[in-house]
Amino acid sequence: MTDSGPIVSVEEIHKYYDLGETRVHALRGVSLAVERGGFVAIMGSSGSGKSTLMNILGCLDKPTAGRYLLDGVDVAGLEKRQLAGIRNQKLGFVFQGFNLLPRTTALENTQLPTLYSRIDRHSRTQRARDALELVGLGERMDHFPSQLSGGQQQRVAIARALVNRPTLLLADEPTGNLDSHTSVEIMDVFQGLNERGLTIILVTHEHDIAQFAKRVVVFRDGRIRKDEQVANPLRASEVLKTLPTLED
Amino acid sequence: MDSLALLGSSVWALLRNKLRSVLTVLGITIGIAAVICVVAIGKAGQARVEQQLNNLGDNFVWIEAGGRAVNGIRTGTHGTKSLTLADAIAIRTQIPLIKSVSPNVDGSVQVIYGNQNWYTHYRGVSPEFFDIKSWPVDSGAIFTNDDVESSANVCVIGQTVRTQLFGVRDPIGKVIRAGGLPCKVIATLEPKGISMEGRDQDDTILMPYTTVMKKIKGNNWLDDVLCSAVSQDVVKMAGQQAAALLRDRHHLRPEEPDDFNIRNPEDVIEAQIAASHTLALLLIAIASISLVVGGIGIMNVMLVSVTERTREIGVRVAVGATEEAIRFQFLGESVMLSFVGGAAGVLVGFVGSFFIGRALNWPMVMSFEAVVLAVFFSLAVGVFFGYYPARKASSLDPIEALRYE
Ligand SMILES: Nc1ncnc2c1ncn2[C@@H]1O[C@H](COP(=O)(O)OP(=O)(O)OP(=O)(O)O)[C@@H](O)[C@H]1O
Ligand SMILES: [Mg+2]
Repeated sequence: MTDSGPIVSVEEIHKYYDLGETRVHALRGVSLAVERGGFVAIMGSSGSGKSTLMNILGCLDKPTAGRYLLDGVDVAGLEKRQLAGIRNQKLGFVFQGFNLLPRTTALENTQLPTLYSRIDRHSRTQRARDALELVGLGERMDHFPSQLSGGQQQRVAIARALVNRPTLLLADEPTGNLDSHTSVEIMDVFQGLNERGLTIILVTHEHDIAQFAKRVVVFRDGRIRKDEQVANPLRASEVLKTLPTLED
Repeated sequence: MDSLALLGSSVWALLRNKLRSVLTVLGITIGIAAVICVVAIGKAGQARVEQQLNNLGDNFVWIEAGGRAVNGIRTGTHGTKSLTLADAIAIRTQIPLIKSVSPNVDGSVQVIYGNQNWYTHYRGVSPEFFDIKSWPVDSGAIFTNDDVESSANVCVIGQTVRTQLFGVRDPIGKVIRAGGLPCKVIATLEPKGISMEGRDQDDTILMPYTTVMKKIKGNNWLDDVLCSAVSQDVVKMAGQQAAALLRDRHHLRPEEPDDFNIRNPEDVIEAQIAASHTLALLLIAIASISLVVGGIGIMNVMLVSVTERTREIGVRVAVGATEEAIRFQFLGESVMLSFVGGAAGVLVGFVGSFFIGRALNWPMVMSFEAVVLAVFFSLAVGVFFGYYPARKASSLDPIEALRYE
């Protein structure tokens, strides 16, 4: 709500799953604040709780203990319907597996979130076009996911996440299914969006990818082990020039 | 949320699996077709019963000469000497439930006009006959009691006889020969159509009963006594009272069977109604079973669809779909399925009831109510059987749904 405070603020968050006898601690006291315009890469070994945190940040899951303020609002007090509204209006999701609807054009896929908001039909299409232009897919709007490469599919997914103009973009291993060249291309898109003021939190396993963010947070065993600013984030557009391509 | 756009995605989902969708709705189609047939049969049956009761006459009571069985063998009506004119008069004067009476003597006769001749059925009756049978003339005037007194050589002819003898010419005032007897045509009857027994009722000529008894048949007994009761409710009772009176007049001992026969044409009609009820019940059973089977089919296909599209549901929830929106989408899909099945059922039902109508020889009326009923039933089936899958879809955990392979 406030324009000054951090957009994401989690305090001492715990999450555990009760599986009969045993209890799995996925998060054991995580505190993290992300400022407006931040670009955070979360790293850490498998099972360290990165996805668990992302799901909580994305209002798809609730912490067992601790507080989560999204844009100054305590999410714990909200009803399901309100959470759906937040996901629709304030958040954008990008998944490792793209998760586009099959046999549905790029344009229609991009429009999906607008079906659940109050936007008239005309501006809906216009917004989807704009979002696709922004991720560099202006020429492929009528293509089906099966006619697009992995990188292009992920661009459609990013456009879909952008269409309702969110304040926070959450991406769980967005480059996990892509080759290194395409991964850098996607990071270029993210950097472009971040420069326009969008706050981004992404999870990645790859050290190279994390270097494109402004800040890297490392998880181990449900806790934050390291949290540091990146002195000189790499420019994806620069890196792309140096990378060998198939033509070379 | 944009309901229209969500319904649009439901339509696409169904079109993507055309064959599956068609097979799924087959049960609904059959069920709705049966519903349409039930309504059509019910309506046609009702219309037919009314028409037949009207056709029968005005609260018609029909007493026929000859017992139901003599020595176990039915004698038939003719050649029996049990009914007399005095019996007819006694019934008219002594039974208050009966308001009018006509004697009836009948047979077959060759009628000739010019070089046309035609073999037809004749009746000798009194002027009351036309009221009793609710049978108006369409030209001329019927004979009077004076004509009966004087055994006048006059006749009223039915439409079939008119056409056979006169074609398009005017028959009024012309003299025809009926079994050799010259007879002036004084009126023609309105068409009455085919009787329940399948006889052409318009193939007849009517004369004063005195004329027939004296000049054609040459005997003194009646074939039937035709009566009108004062109201429809007392038709049966009037018949029973007439029977008691006749037994008394004929000095029948209690152990002796009737030497006359009270005919109950309504019974035939009622038997037809009963038959149509049985058919309707059968169809209702088929309809219920098919609708339930069809509904289960829809539920099954929707459950499969929910499972197939688990990831899609996860994505929709992640981008802001509420539980209601998800439920709406899947409910929309099942309702659309059953609605399409129902629409096909309406068509099949119309064709089906046309053929049933042909088989029963009933005129079938396609009614608006039937369509409304069909729409209602198919929507109800869609909602009822689609609710559980839709709820299942809306209560999926989005995190697991997104991970689903
Ligand atoms: N629904 C669940 N039920 C039980 N345990 C769970 C559940 N979800 C996650 N966990 C456990 O919580 C821990 C953290 O899981 P999480 O998915 O957050 O890891 P991660 O850091 O994203 O790993 P990866 O890098 O492999 O994606 C793991 O031990 C996992 O087994
Ligand atoms: Mg993970």
